[in-house]
Amino acid sequence: MIIVESLCKKFDDFPAVKNVSFQVEKGQVLGLLGPNGAGKSTTMRMLTGFISPTSGDVHICGDSILTEKEKAQAHIGYVPENAPLYDEMDVTAFLEFIYDLRGLDLNQRLTRVQEILKLCALQEVEFQKIETLSKGYKRRVSLAQALIHDPRVLILDEPTDGLDPNQKHEIRKVIKNLAKEKTIVISTHILEEVDAVCDRAIIMSHGVICFDGTPATLKAQSPTGKLDDVFRKITAAEERC
Amino acid sequence: MLTPQFKALYKKEFQSFFKTPLGYVFLVIFLFGLGYMTFEPGRGSFFQMREASLRSFFEYVPWMCIFLVPAVSMKLWADERKKGTVELLFTMPITVKEASLAKFFAAWTFIALALFLTFPMIITVLLLGRPDLKIIFLGYASSLLLAGGMLSIGSFFSSMTKNQVVSFILTVATCFILLMAGSPPVLDLLSAFAPKYVLNIFESLSLLDHFESMSKGVIRLSDLAYFTIMIGFWNFSSVVLLNENKAE
Repeated sequence: MIIVESLCKKFDDFPAVKNVSFQVEKGQVLGLLGPNGAGKSTTMRMLTGFISPTSGDVHICGDSILTEKEKAQAHIGYVPENAPLYDEMDVTAFLEFIYDLRGLDLNQRLTRVQEILKLCALQEVEFQKIETLSKGYKRRVSLAQALIHDPRVLILDEPTDGLDPNQKHEIRKVIKNLAKEKTIVISTHILEEVDAVCDRAIIMSHGVICFDGTPATLKAQSPTGKLDDVFRKITAAEERC
Repeated sequence: MLTPQFKALYKKEFQSFFKTPLGYVFLVIFLFGLGYMTFEPGRGSFFQMREASLRSFFEYVPWMCIFLVPAVSMKLWADERKKGTVELLFTMPITVKEASLAKFFAAWTFIALALFLTFPMIITVLLLGRPDLKIIFLGYASSLLLAGGMLSIGSFFSSMTKNQVVSFILTVATCFILLMAGSPPVLDLLSAFAPKYVLNIFESLSLLDHFESMSKGVIRLSDLAYFTIMIGFWNFSSVVLLNENKAE
């Protein structure tokens, strides 16, 4: 589903991502972990085609993000960091706009938008302006726009960051439901997220992959059994290098 | 052929002017300001000219546009980049060129609407006399081209910075320099140190000269080419800049 090959990104002389390679299979939920500034968001942005890699390539469902960008992007639903939205629009108008922007069948628009509103539990606020919504609702709207074209791959950049425990629970419930039929990549620095929704974890630090395995393997590396401890151990070791 | 993505963004951008107070404030100030300046009692006033024409109206169009067009253009990209919605937009199947043109044409349509709403001026002169409708039509066409030129400059500066105020100031300053480029005080100042050919180039860049000759009813290929190149150049620069800095 997702094949990342020797991905590198340099900003001027600063190497943000260094030679990152991995594959994600269908039905897998991959947690991309790492401290702030580890290169997670940059990797996500390259996966979605928002920025071009300095070298390397990404294949989404067989389409290269470099040479067949639009085809590759059509397979992806993306929730960017902080879930930016057009605040002056109401929820339905926003989803209709994204539907049109995706170039989908106009006859199915009304039905599809209603389906998505139901799936993301947004019916209560469908005619409300986005700027008046709570953070939790805004995240759900962002998730709804990512799902409108029924993508095979979902890329979520810190989807629960800044939410209260109830809102986090709601978002994770939606992600878990989607995991059955989609390939999902979640970037996060919240370790409980890995336990809650992921079945594989990659830890990045200073632009390189320091760990790739299941959350259980990750936990097993810690004498205390806590993810926090092993996360610190792995990322600190990379810093010393 | 217009793509569905172009149409979707164009529609959303045009409607966005009416979802915030910006569009209404623009229309009120533009219409009231132009109406007041056209009819205010003083030199160059509509009634003092004693002729059935919109000369006094079109004279003030550049000076209204120099402040109001940058107010429309400043948010085109600066706002998207500041809020981060640019990331959402460019992970959709739309190219930077399509998006830039969709935004530009939506804003241009909005300004065209503002110009259209000055139609009571035409009715006024039609009631008072027998104006030359060809000159009036060309006056509107040149106003639209002038606004398009300023808008493309604004689009460029809006894609340069995330700060809308900086974008506004840079656009006003650039438009002012281009408006005044052919005026005697500027040319006198330049003639003190610049060679003649530089003066000629500078003079030929004057927005006001090209606008005035067309609004007086003379269609010159050079004026049309000037506005086309102007709009094309600044929009192209805007696309190049966005490709470079959209992720910053």
